[in-house]
Amino acid sequence: MSRRSIWKGSFVDAFLLRLKENKDQLANKKIWSRRSTILPEFVGTAVRIYNGKSFVRCKITESKVGHKFGEFAFTRKRRPHKLDSGSKKKGR
Amino acid sequence: MAHTLATPVAPSVSLICNTLPSLSLSSSSLSFPVNKINGGGLTIKCVRVGNVEIPNNKRVEYSLQYIHGIGRSRARQILCDLSMENKLTKELSEDQLMLIRDEVTKYMIEGDLRRFNALAIKRMKEIQCYRGVRHIQGLPCRGQRTKNNCRTLKGKRVAIAGKKKAPR
Repeated sequence: MSRRSIWKGSFVDAFLLRLKENKDQLANKKIWSRRSTILPEFVGTAVRIYNGKSFVRCKITESKVGHKFGEFAFTRKRRPHKLDSGSKKKGR
Repeated sequence: MAHTLATPVAPSVSLICNTLPSLSLSSSSLSFPVNKINGGGLTIKCVRVGNVEIPNNKRVEYSLQYIHGIGRSRARQILCDLSMENKLTKELSEDQLMLIRDEVTKYMIEGDLRRFNALAIKRMKEIQCYRGVRHIQGLPCRGQRTKNNCRTLKGKRVAIAGKKKAPR
């Protein structure tokens, strides 16, 4: 997959960058910026990520570093299908 | 790893060649490693590159592509790096084969590559990120449409009972 060029560094919204130094403020904070990368500094905190409707609680572990916040809060509901067990069409 | 496993092949082959003095070594078909696959009367001649790869009598560029992890561009790249002619695989000399084997070991191929990919997917599933969840659901994870198509992942079509066909 294509990826962002390395010289640019990872994208993080400014307010999250400011939180980098004092991690305690991040704890249980609501995050709307789903596009921001999870930095190694955020490891160990729990945040609440907006999914367009409500906030999804997410604990940030070491393996989640480098992903985006939005990857951990799904924006679509999983629609249960009645009859067909095989084909799940628009579930999430 | 592939290299260490590939090297023992050569001496064993030379032994085979030595035990058959009646056959002239100059004939091209015997100057390269020949592995007998079937123990019976049928023998399939093939070359071993990498670990278990058995490309046959095609041009090297194409026979290399039988290795998992080597595609068109990489096969061409290997030939370029070695500045080697694109011969038929069976026409390669022992030295050239060794060169190719060495070159192939520089890349991640076969088992290593499969394990690497499987681990990456497993990791994504564990952290429950979007791609991982899509892997669990058996749906495409790169944003393709799923209203129709994507049969590769979803498998064969399942007929839905009671679904009416569109009227003419």
